[in-house]
Amino acid sequence: MALVQLKNVSLKYHTLEGEITALESINLSVEPEEFVSIVGPSGCGKSTLLSLVAGLLQPTTGEILIGGEPVRGPSAKVGYMLQQDYLYEWRTILDNALLGLEIRGTKTPETVAEVKQMLQDYGLGGFESYYPHQLSGGMRQRVALIRTLAIQPEVLLLDEPFSALDYQNRLAVGEEVVRILRERRKTVIMVTHDIPEAVSMANRVIVMTPRPGTIQSEHRIAMSSAGLTPLQTREHPAFRKYFTAIWKELNVYA
Amino acid sequence: MLDQYSPEHRAYLRRIKMRHLVIRGTQVLLLIGLFALWELAARQGWINAFIFSHPSRIWSAAVRLASQGDLWKHLGWTVGETALGFTAGTFLGIVIAIILWWSDFVSRVLDPYIVVLESIPKVALGPIFVVWLGTTIQAVIAMAISVSVIVTIMMMHAGFKEVDPNKVKLAKSFGATKFQILTKVIIPASVPTMIAALKVSVGLSLVGTIVGEFLASKAGLGYLIIYGGQVFNMSLVMASVLLLAVVSIILYFLVSKLEERVVRGRDY
Repeated sequence: MALVQLKNVSLKYHTLEGEITALESINLSVEPEEFVSIVGPSGCGKSTLLSLVAGLLQPTTGEILIGGEPVRGPSAKVGYMLQQDYLYEWRTILDNALLGLEIRGTKTPETVAEVKQMLQDYGLGGFESYYPHQLSGGMRQRVALIRTLAIQPEVLLLDEPFSALDYQNRLAVGEEVVRILRERRKTVIMVTHDIPEAVSMANRVIVMTPRPGTIQSEHRIAMSSAGLTPLQTREHPAFRKYFTAIWKELNVYA
Repeated sequence: MLDQYSPEHRAYLRRIKMRHLVIRGTQVLLLIGLFALWELAARQGWINAFIFSHPSRIWSAAVRLASQGDLWKHLGWTVGETALGFTAGTFLGIVIAIILWWSDFVSRVLDPYIVVLESIPKVALGPIFVVWLGTTIQAVIAMAISVSVIVTIMMMHAGFKEVDPNKVKLAKSFGATKFQILTKVIIPASVPTMIAALKVSVGLSLVGTIVGEFLASKAGLGYLIIYGGQVFNMSLVMASVLLLAVVSIILYFLVSKLEERVVRGRDY
């Protein structure tokens, strides 16, 4: 059964100038452990879609189910990674990683120990009492990932999570994040405008139309499903075919 | 350590250090020079020593005050009243700023009133406090609060609103309540703003205290200044003003020390 289901979801914004339909009749099912990327022209509502799944916004019509239950607000089943790490500069690395547990009231010696173990496992051992500005961009992004994983979400929502990193780091951090998420058997929905990034990481790429955002097409990516890492996928002969097909679809709107 | 540097770099470092010393030295010389000129002008009769006083008379006035024990009493009153007014004004200002942040409705309703209160010269309220509270320490503290509180409210509220919305969104994605957003994001993120507001309001509290003492006190540096002016004891007035300068420097220095402690390890 699908872990995340969007059924006929629409969203309208109201401003003094009028009414804007941001998303229209979105139907999407995401299977457990699937990695779905959503690409689309800017302003198509792809980030809004993540806010809906995260429970930060309520759809105007339609329904969103996670594990069969309707989303009514932010839930511990869902972890959200934003465009930048947004680490709090007044907290140490450990305290930043513990933020979600603190807010959810689930900070116990056991969960703290788990977070410390994750910091250790992902190359941040010994940095627990450092402050964010003392870390590199890639390390900060890993802290943000650990902060998200700490609440043990089943579904991760990634909103252009590598856009703040330079190209060199973006590939390295992307490779690492995908490895971690696969290891932990997480279900992922990632929004990006970077087609190669979408193709290299996802099992499935969803292409959206401009506003009002609807789903235009989907592409199943064979390489990720076969267990190739993002960098291996980028070297695969089929990579360019996927890229060109998606690029052409999006280029209609450019 | 120095041996690792090239001769050019050592010369560069020496130049920077020299320039720094020259600036400091000039600052000190300027002060000494001005006082010497003042003393000389009064002794030579270029200026009227009765009206302008001069440094050695100011010094002996200060020494006389100190030996009578009066100096410490007046100083104590002014510092105490400023500290009370500053603490109460800051606390009140932050609480009101939190209320304004919490309720957009309240904030919008009160906005024009706060703007008007900000633009009134608060000193004009002095006689009102004296009538309401009498010539008491309460009136002096009310004055100190009224001068400093509005600026604290405005700076803190602006600071709260400037906190990166994405940091708030992050907390919300974990299901944070409004109270958690306040305590875990808004307040810690606003610590630098708070320090800036403290720096402004410590000076304003001193202004309010002195004005309050002018109007409603039998003690304090403000009282000494008014009293000295009334009996034409200019040395007493000048000594009090110089002491006031020292007090304000010390207060500012204390807030700066607090800043250093609080922002250590943070990145700005």
